[in-house]
Amino acid sequence: MKEISELNLPADLRYADDHEWARLEDDKVRVGLDDYAQDQLGDIVFVELPQEGDTFKKGEVFATVESVKAVSECYMPVGGEIVSVNNDLEESPELVNNSPYGDGWFVVINPGNPSEMDTLMTSEAFLEKLKGTE
Amino acid sequence: MRFLPHTGEDIKSMLQVVGADNIDDLFSTIPDDCLSKDDLALPEALTEWELDSHMSALSDTMAVSPDYKVFMGAGSYEHYIPASVSFLLGRSEFVTSYTPYQPEISQGTLQAIYEYQTLTARLLGMEVATASHYDGATALAESLLMAVRISKKRKVAVSRLIHPLYRQVVRTYFEPTGYQVIELPYLKNGLTDLAGLDELNDLAAVAVQSPNFFGCIENLKEAGKKIHNKDALFITCFTEALSYGLLKNPGSQDADIVCGEGQSLGIPRSFGGPALGMLAGRKKYMRSLPGRLVGKTKDLDGKRGFVLTLATREQHIRREKATSNICTNNSLCALAAAIYMASVGGTGIKKLAGLNHDKAEYLKQELKKAGSKIIFESPTFNEFVVEFPEGFDSVYDRLLEKKIVAGLPLTEYYPELTGHYLLCVTETMSKNDMDILVREVKL
Amino acid sequence: MKETVGTTGLILNEPLLWEKGKKGRCGYSLPRRDVDFFSLDQELRGEGPDFPDLSEVDVVRHYTRLSQWNFGVDTGMYPLGSCTMKYSPKTNEKQAGLSGLAGAHPLLPQDLSQGTLRMMYELERYLAEITGMDAVTLQPAAGAHGELTGMLIIHAYHKNRGAQRSRILIPDTAHGTNPATATLCGYSSVQVKSNENGILSAESVADLMDEDTAGIMLTNPNTLGLFEENIREIAEIVHSKGGIVYCDGANLNAVMGIVKMGKIGVDVMHLNLHKTFSTPHGGGGPGSGPVCVKKHFEQFLPVPRIVEDKGNYAFSDNYPESIGKVQAFHGNIGVIIKAYSYIISMGPKDLKMASRLAVLNANYIKESLKDTLHLAYDRPCMHECVFSDEKQRDDHVTTFDMAKRLMDYGFHPPTVYFPLVVHGAIMVEPTETESKEDIDKYIEAFKAIADEAKENPDLLHNAPGKSKVRRLDEVSAARKPCLAG
Repeated sequence: MKEISELNLPADLRYADDHEWARLEDDKVRVGLDDYAQDQLGDIVFVELPQEGDTFKKGEVFATVESVKAVSECYMPVGGEIVSVNNDLEESPELVNNSPYGDGWFVVINPGNPSEMDTLMTSEAFLEKLKGTE
Repeated sequence: MRFLPHTGEDIKSMLQVVGADNIDDLFSTIPDDCLSKDDLALPEALTEWELDSHMSALSDTMAVSPDYKVFMGAGSYEHYIPASVSFLLGRSEFVTSYTPYQPEISQGTLQAIYEYQTLTARLLGMEVATASHYDGATALAESLLMAVRISKKRKVAVSRLIHPLYRQVVRTYFEPTGYQVIELPYLKNGLTDLAGLDELNDLAAVAVQSPNFFGCIENLKEAGKKIHNKDALFITCFTEALSYGLLKNPGSQDADIVCGEGQSLGIPRSFGGPALGMLAGRKKYMRSLPGRLVGKTKDLDGKRGFVLTLATREQHIRREKATSNICTNNSLCALAAAIYMASVGGTGIKKLAGLNHDKAEYLKQELKKAGSKIIFESPTFNEFVVEFPEGFDSVYDRLLEKKIVAGLPLTEYYPELTGHYLLCVTETMSKNDMDILVREVKL
Repeated sequence: MKETVGTTGLILNEPLLWEKGKKGRCGYSLPRRDVDFFSLDQELRGEGPDFPDLSEVDVVRHYTRLSQWNFGVDTGMYPLGSCTMKYSPKTNEKQAGLSGLAGAHPLLPQDLSQGTLRMMYELERYLAEITGMDAVTLQPAAGAHGELTGMLIIHAYHKNRGAQRSRILIPDTAHGTNPATATLCGYSSVQVKSNENGILSAESVADLMDEDTAGIMLTNPNTLGLFEENIREIAEIVHSKGGIVYCDGANLNAVMGIVKMGKIGVDVMHLNLHKTFSTPHGGGGPGSGPVCVKKHFEQFLPVPRIVEDKGNYAFSDNYPESIGKVQAFHGNIGVIIKAYSYIISMGPKDLKMASRLAVLNANYIKESLKDTLHLAYDRPCMHECVFSDEKQRDDHVTTFDMAKRLMDYGFHPPTVYFPLVVHGAIMVEPTETESKEDIDKYIEAFKAIADEAKENPDLLHNAPGKSKVRRLDEVSAARKPCLAG
């Protein structure tokens, strides 16, 4: 497993406590699982995603990620409607491991309240938090 | 005692390592008020030879073939079991191993279960089958719960011609869930009446058994259409797995989930258990299946091997969110079924199933000729319902004295069918056995 | 490595069933056709399943080879914690195979099935005596099934009192089946943390127990192999709020004839006949999970119950408050016969001795290995002890690696990564049927492996090397499942 110093936490993203990342793209928010979580889970074998059109509040479970011997739930970093899901993950869940911030994205959200982005951590703040839990 | 290897000397030297004066000291963490002061009030130990005679005496009281001719099926069938099946099943590497959590030293069990899953899927015409469940009744209950999970609807309907004891198990499983179980009546021809479906909405699934409890073969294709029109999952159930050697399999009739009892496939009746719950489904429902699954993979050298897979559905990982609390399968029973299916083979099972059908048909026709009424006109497999004339009770009892069990009286299960009996004939009944029954019934 | 039990021998390859055979073969003696052919509607007739056609010899070689790729208790020591892999006496197999017992139809008239009924009735009495409970059902098919039955009884009890409850307390050391079972009965699980000694404290139960909580589901001895010393106090707390104490009897093998759960506050418990009472595990079943209850829960037990009247045995359905049925028929009788045979072969003295020796064996392993492996809780254990890989972390060797390496030494690994409260857990349960010599060899093997971890960790990372297959790719198996050929 990676040392904290080896983690890739891009500065243009925001991070939630439960290891979801969020990127503001115009008025939409793209969401995925961060490097730390994919590394801890190990080889991801299955991702269960919501359907386009589903809406969730911030903090609600919208997806589950499975490795061989663990299941992990993903929580909405911001509330809103799911406008796009990454169907490639169905056939190739390994994308989450290989490219957590690129091809391994989960969903795009149309946020109900864009200011919820401000409740998420910056990469520096998130890194500090991770160091604290070590 | 021959199962306890410790000598006094062993105990002494082990206690020394542990640093205790005597074995009692090892129980010092148990508070005194929790310790039992009296000896267990159990019978004194028997020697192996005393056990033999005690158990033989118990066994001798039981009415079994060849002494008795038991024309009774109803979810538990007498079929010949080849000696090779019993011998292979007794291999202690199979018998005394645990669940194959360490695949490198459990490939025997794993490949055998993978083969069982494959043969089951082929028998039932489905894409995936589980590694087995406790029995047909629990497989049905689990299938219905699975349908509720998939559809997120809260109501299921089951035919009244599903085995009455299976329906009792379903009721028990569903009682604390708040989901509703509706029973569908039957028609005069011995088939399920699906007309009532029109009135029902929000159904997760409808379950139909074929051959049903009366032995009648349901029109699954038609049933499937009606059920799918209601946007419900179509579950088919069975108690006589051998019938699919002859009949169209449920997969070809558009079933979504198929479940039932595999005891017919090389497993002795043993007073009802252990049995073999078989459960299969469409591939798209794979991740909603309850219970264990074995999958094919490769080892580090690229050699073919097998592992337990999709374990994240199960209780030891998902805990309170698991698809079921099931922890075992009936592995050894699944193995028995696999060895049996392999022994009988594709060519053999057609002939054997045909023979079962024809023998039962012979008895049916002969009873008809003798004046007994066959009240349901639909085609049957190896069981059928007979209405005997009034006062047959005493004939039934007289036959018991002659070591013939003339079927299962149906009153207890269907009060409207007083005087009706469910009779079963398999390949183990000879024409002569049946002729004797017909003669006795006529007397 | 000096000479060990583990070796390679000649292991034969064997294809899948359908990769062998020839159309037209048959490994089955078709019974004589003494009746005519009868027609069946073409609409109903199918094509028959696509099974391979094999001769009897094909089938026998196939399964004999497969069996040789398996490791069982009869092969060697199998110290799987929480599973009680004790020796399964062969005479039990013989008794279960007696034609009258194995061949009987479950719905036979009761006058014609007295032997089995008597056996079931007596076994119920024996299990009641061993557990200190009042009434028993043999119907559940496995431990988890017994748990479900027990939980349904608890559900029925609260419903019957007119006040259903919504939560149940479950310790953090529990088996995964416990919360899964609670969910099936509509209860949400509330986790109770075990204390620094690895057991439950009465205070933590008192803090969580209330009148919306159905009860507590505990395992005693618990999955750390420790006796729940505060059980009486915990039971009082739970009872005072109208709750029920459920005990998972998975670990009864530690206390037969020593502690009677029914006398220390337990209301409902299930047993695993395939653990404590020696019936073989069969590669994952069939098992048997009887449920034992105190008097005031008897009316909820599954039907039919067996009743006795002057030496005559009969089934009775006359229990209107019963939860109903959990299996179509009466339970896994073929398994129950073996447990019955075991109990009457052992008798009261040797059953108690079995528990005493199981505990001695476990403590002996604990003391012998505690310098080699980190011991999670250094106090007297019951029938099993829990280590971890903490001492091997600097060698970059995990519990998983050590478990795999044990196979090369000719042993089945212990239970690993359970209970969850111990990181990298290694849970060893030798059982009473292992001799001191075999246990010594096991201890030696573990010590040798710990040395290898320091000197040549790759030996462990690549283990096992002597088995039929090497480590398997579980990731691909789960990503692209292939469940049938």
